[in-house]
Amino acid sequence: MQTVKPSWTPVGCDGKGEKTMTTKTATIAATGSNTLAFAFTLVVGLGLLTVSGMAQATVLHDAAHDQRHAMAFPCH
Amino acid sequence: MTKNLLSSAVFAGLIAGLIAALLQFFFVIPLLLEGELYESGARLHFHADGTPSSDRGAPGLGGETGRHLMTIGFNLVTYTGYGLLMVAAMAFARERRGTEITAQNGIIWGLAGFIAVQLAPAIGLPPELPGTPAAELGPRQVWWISTILATAVGLALIAFGRSLLMHAVGLLVILAPQFVGAPHLDTFWGVAPPELSAEFATQSLGFAAVGWVTLGYFCAFFLKQGEAE
Repeated sequence: MQTVKPSWTPVGCDGKGEKTMTTKTATIAATGSNTLAFAFTLVVGLGLLTVSGMAQATVLHDAAHDQRHAMAFPCH
Repeated sequence: MTKNLLSSAVFAGLIAGLIAALLQFFFVIPLLLEGELYESGARLHFHADGTPSSDRGAPGLGGETGRHLMTIGFNLVTYTGYGLLMVAAMAFARERRGTEITAQNGIIWGLAGFIAVQLAPAIGLPPELPGTPAAELGPRQVWWISTILATAVGLALIAFGRSLLMHAVGLLVILAPQFVGAPHLDTFWGVAPPELSAEFATQSLGFAAVGWVTLGYFCAFFLKQGEAE
């Protein structure tokens, strides 16, 4: 008798298949959420730097003036 | 993950920003205030008869408490901002390349940050003493940001690239903005002594290096600490 090996991973019919499926999903989810965390952290960082170094609103510029010179942001 | 990234950057940013601000008040701000004397015309270096000469000496920090508190505050904001970018890069390298992040190698991250954000743009646009007119702000900001990005990408190619070719490309990417060149005026307009400008440039760069190394060290330290919990 010939056994036909399925080309897809059986899910739900044996313990092994189920396990593979679960692990994969968990890994993808973790990577996805970390990428979001990295992106979020970058955006917050760039936001702070825009305020402290780049924004040209007069009040902001004057308050941050000495720090901008000291940190070599292009000022004025 | 997000919480650990944010808290690591904030703690590291506060420590590095505070240390950098203290050093600035000791070394950099007095030069800046001295430069303002020339900017406002209160002191003259280049006299009508062509002889350059003026007394050396900073006016002292004076009673401008509000102004100086702002400088400390914005240093904290700036270093926290750079800290956020740094922890994101550190955590990304750890996840994708298995790079180990420790306080010690955080110093290397800090130095790389210093090279990308302070040193490389300063090659084309030296830190400016007040009283040093420069080209239009917009083009300078564009060149400044492009240089930082190119240098950071180039350093990453050298640090994480797996072949000699990648490293060579990294070096070229770092050099490219320098060959393009920063925007400059056709005329020299500076009213302050050249010595004072030079001193301001080297001191602000030197102490920014201290700030960046401190930032790298503590970003890595807190990032690792947070993971261990």
